[in-house]
Amino acid sequence: MIEHRPIITVLAHLTLILGIAIVAFPIWVTFVAASHDAVRMTQVPLPMWPGDQFFVNLNKAMFEGIAGAGGIPVGMMMLNSLVVALMIATGKIVISLLSAFAIVYFKFPFRMGFFWMIFLTLMLPVEVRILPTFEVVANLGMLNSFWGLSIPLIASATATFMFRQVFLTVPDEMLEAARVDGAGPMRFFWDILLPLSRTNIAALFVILFIYGWNQYLWPLLITTDASMFTVVMGIKQMLESAEQTTEWHLIMMTTLLAMLPPVVVVLTMQRMFVKGLTETDK
Amino acid sequence: MAEIILDGVRKSYGKVEVIKGVDWKINDGEFVVIVGPSGCGKSTLLRMIAGLEAITQGEISIGDTVVNELEPSERNIAMVFQNYALYPHMSVYQNMAYGLKIKKIPKDEIDKRVQRAAEILELEEYLDRPPRQLSGGQRQRVAMGRAIVRQPAVFLFDEPLSNLDAKLRVQMRLEIKKLQEDLGITSVYVTHDQVEAMTLGHRLAVLNGGVVEQLGTPIEVYEKPATVFVAGFIGSPSMNLLDAELDDKGGAVTLAGGAKISLPEPLGAQGGRSVTFGVRPEHLKDIGGDANSLRLSLNVRVIEQLGADTLVHGTLGENGTELVARLEGIRAMAPGDVLDLNMAAKSIHLFDSKTGRRLG
Repeated sequence: MIEHRPIITVLAHLTLILGIAIVAFPIWVTFVAASHDAVRMTQVPLPMWPGDQFFVNLNKAMFEGIAGAGGIPVGMMMLNSLVVALMIATGKIVISLLSAFAIVYFKFPFRMGFFWMIFLTLMLPVEVRILPTFEVVANLGMLNSFWGLSIPLIASATATFMFRQVFLTVPDEMLEAARVDGAGPMRFFWDILLPLSRTNIAALFVILFIYGWNQYLWPLLITTDASMFTVVMGIKQMLESAEQTTEWHLIMMTTLLAMLPPVVVVLTMQRMFVKGLTETDK
Repeated sequence: MAEIILDGVRKSYGKVEVIKGVDWKINDGEFVVIVGPSGCGKSTLLRMIAGLEAITQGEISIGDTVVNELEPSERNIAMVFQNYALYPHMSVYQNMAYGLKIKKIPKDEIDKRVQRAAEILELEEYLDRPPRQLSGGQRQRVAMGRAIVRQPAVFLFDEPLSNLDAKLRVQMRLEIKKLQEDLGITSVYVTHDQVEAMTLGHRLAVLNGGVVEQLGTPIEVYEKPATVFVAGFIGSPSMNLLDAELDDKGGAVTLAGGAKISLPEPLGAQGGRSVTFGVRPEHLKDIGGDANSLRLSLNVRVIEQLGADTLVHGTLGENGTELVARLEGIRAMAPGDVLDLNMAAKSIHLFDSKTGRRLG
């Protein structure tokens, strides 16, 4: 609908500006809080404009951490988070691609049974199976390790289902042409299917990276060693462990830092992400 | 270079038999067209030769090798698909080179073959483009290029022109015919298109319900259809097929409408049975004719002017059987007219009503 009435235009802009303000205000507060010192953050009213301590706080958070919360540098927590998020995203994509490939292109007994079993796991997210999963991970001696942090989150019915749909849109003749050309199954997977699902993989990577980065409950449960803390749960630790005054300026700085990687991933992969969600031309 | 031999080839899906025993020898360098209605099994038969469908029973050999158990890539064949099946993420060059790359053929040899194929198919300037930037006809040519570079013993075409528009189809049809003649590679071509069936091949196989109804040169099939099915399927508009009775001596037939036609060559022993009487619309004339011509009179119902020809639809007698005549040029007539038609005695076909087989 294209209309050229000034009032509507003004109104539309006002609505949008209001919406952006609502979304952006907390981020602004976080940024402002991260740029003042500890003393200023305990005084009322809270500051609305940035102070001059931003880089001091950044330095302290990144390399020293909060003493009361075990003194883990945020830099290290972010590294942990990054490793875990990458392991989860890559692991999920690799496993889902392979299982979707098996389900779509191979005939084996109980094929549909397996498909539905995978599908049913949609009903069993980590939160539901957290105790048995914890026991398994504990018995395998994977507490306080990257494997323990990532493996239980890797199996993914959604991604398998998505790749299944992608593979189903690839015409059968493509497989037949590849067979006539002499490509074996893995060669077909690698040379044809993978390039054709490129944009879908990128889109999924963005979603899964953020999913992995934002994990809170699971890392909280299985990491007792402070050196394995991830940043999202680290923030919570900082709040709770503050026997002295809560160091809001540092917590806010950590929050700001924790927001960055997902933003970077989304921004850099935005193009592919949109393409992957909308492109249908095969 | 190879001949293809099919020996008692059958195919069933569960209990449904789709190919009911095909025996064939396709000679080296021959171009055979398989034609038939949808679901007659023509694509299945082609895919069995290609190795994309398992053979339930019987044997297929290409050259001197029985290929039943061989993978498509080991059969020394190349196939062109209806929807081209080009790899969308590869350039034209990569599409053509892919099979050779897998075969680990040296790079300079691949390059030589692809360049040569591109030259033959006039694709040189498109080699770096992805298929989506090409027109339908160009994509079709890339698909053929992919087949040519393999230097196969056999070309298999699965309705390659049916996704093209009419004009392009005519052009590509000629190109395929010329290409096959130049390369001299044994080819099997599946189509449901009348014109492709008549013009492309050295021999034509008419398939119906999993059975080869007739195998012969296109002209043989047109002039002497072996069964009622072939008679009705080949030719457009299709042959007029009328119920009739052959008298005891086999000397004359009586059409359902009552018209009696005496045969130039009595069928003697085959007399005294129900027959199907066939005559092609283009063999009915409203002018000329001599003493030996057979005559009918048609009550005109609908007239279709095609420019080059006029199709006259009508009935024999007041409410008799329907009949179509194809008359040359533009004709002035109106529904309700009575048209006297004649036909040469040699242009009529008789089939046994029960078996559908040709008589005489």
